[in-house]
Amino acid sequence: MSTTKTAAGLEVPTTAGATKKADGKSRVLRILFYVLVIAIIVFNLFPFFWALLSSFRPSNELFSTKLIPNELTLDHYVEVFKDPRFVQSLINSVIVAGSTVLIALGLGSVCAYALGRLPFRFKGPVLYLVLTMTMFPQIAILSGLFVMLRTLALFNTRQGLVLTYLIFTMPFTIWVMTQYFRSLPKELEEAAYVDGASPLKVFWEILLPLTMPGLVSTGLLAFIAAWNEFLFALTFTITDNMKTVPVVISQFTGASAFEQPWGAIMAASMVVTIPLVILVMVFQYRIVEGLTAGAVKG
Amino acid sequence: MIKEIDLYARQKRLAWFLIAPSVLVVLIIIAYPTIQVFVYSFMKYKLDGVTPPSFVGLDNYSFVLTDPDWWSAVTNTLVFTVVSVILESVLGLTVAMVANSKFKGRTILRVAILVPWAIPTVVSSKVWQWMVNDIYGVVNIVLFNLHIIPQKIAWLATPATALPVIIAVDVWKATPFMALLLLAGLQLIPKDLYEAGSIDGATKVRQFWAITLPLVTPTLLVALVFRTLDALRVFDIFYVMVGTKGGLATMAVYNQQQLVSFLDAGVGSATSVIILIVIMLFVILYTRFSRTSFE
Repeated sequence: MSTTKTAAGLEVPTTAGATKKADGKSRVLRILFYVLVIAIIVFNLFPFFWALLSSFRPSNELFSTKLIPNELTLDHYVEVFKDPRFVQSLINSVIVAGSTVLIALGLGSVCAYALGRLPFRFKGPVLYLVLTMTMFPQIAILSGLFVMLRTLALFNTRQGLVLTYLIFTMPFTIWVMTQYFRSLPKELEEAAYVDGASPLKVFWEILLPLTMPGLVSTGLLAFIAAWNEFLFALTFTITDNMKTVPVVISQFTGASAFEQPWGAIMAASMVVTIPLVILVMVFQYRIVEGLTAGAVKG
Repeated sequence: MIKEIDLYARQKRLAWFLIAPSVLVVLIIIAYPTIQVFVYSFMKYKLDGVTPPSFVGLDNYSFVLTDPDWWSAVTNTLVFTVVSVILESVLGLTVAMVANSKFKGRTILRVAILVPWAIPTVVSSKVWQWMVNDIYGVVNIVLFNLHIIPQKIAWLATPATALPVIIAVDVWKATPFMALLLLAGLQLIPKDLYEAGSIDGATKVRQFWAITLPLVTPTLLVALVFRTLDALRVFDIFYVMVGTKGGLATMAVYNQQQLVSFLDAGVGSATSVIILIVIMLFVILYTRFSRTSFE
């Protein structure tokens, strides 16, 4: 303690002498820091804003080299919402992503309760397996799933997609929710058990409400993952009435094969992206929490 | 006492009952197809519904391993993985350190970096495809008007210019994820270490090398594993931006094409098994590396 004091005491004159110079230096650093902050924000947001701007540009202005448009229009939005393929794909995406989240949370959270709170012999190995599966490469079972879906007559159906989407949502949900259940204090359920409550009642009435924040985080992340999924949707659906939004956007074609209908593509892109951006803004904290719980604690 | 034993038995029974449905689903959707992929990889298995499947030994493997298209896909995937993961780590750490400092507008920064992460990959690919459009793309217009390039470039027309663009898209999209993980790692570093460092007269640069980097390395390694495994199976960006005929396929694109375009579950499965082996090699490499340097 005394050494620190002397060291600090000895340093006082030198720092005092250099104060003026240090102030100038720190101001430059401060400015550089804010330049960096602005650069990061612009780099991250520019493509989004550019797409947004393009989606409101009249076609004749879209295909000009002018950067700032003279006028804005809703034409492209009208165009995509008149396209039955796009509207159907929106409905499909909502159904598929929604069902995936409900099933993954329903099955996953009861499993996580058992793994996190109840006595279970193979807890360690099961948890390890779950963690491994969260990183499982989907491409490795593409042909197995392809044949399986055809055998089960689930090929080119929304049910088939939901089933395959559980591959990447269930292990993740189980893993993150197990962490949540583990973090709750033991006294909570002990009191209830003393009062004679059954384990299932303890789960349903005491623990589940407390893990609501966890359910929101994992549900959001599972929804975003299912909503954005492309490989399975592309491979396991063939007719327009079963395709999801990412597949339809990737296959938008214009009058000629050489020039794509960029205005419509950008408008469709914004329609599927803006809800996500709003979710991100509202639930920023929850999303980050869920994302990092999946990795850092592992 | 009897009551307690009774409760324990009930809890144990309930645990099995609650875990069973998830185990069943995982067995059906992950374990069964994985086994099937191994079996199909040794079979001639056309999905045309005409030719009956038959065992052919290692034929599918030798087909894939002698196919120049496969090796070009491997090269593309490895170059993409190494370059993008390195860039994402460096930029991710920079962004994480900025987001970890106290300043006005910190929340704006945190929301801003989540936007590229949340946008569907197909949409990001389409947006960037538009941005690098040969005639009307904003990238060409700006670079040309600033006289940085003598003429506008058809970026996605040749692999040599398309790959850097694709890497840029991935870096844009995945750096936020890296930054968020690293930010969580940075927040675990005790503040007094920096205070002690300052008292001892260590400069900010010295503090970075002596405190920040060593203490954030475990998180960095986890993030690296996640990103590498993700990058090795990259599909969406390549498929959307250059299609399947541009000579710029990845391992996953090659695999999907064998299955969907050539309806060949045999070769497709053999490709899957090889991809799985490549990914396992990377995992072993990382675990070896992290053991030798941290234990």
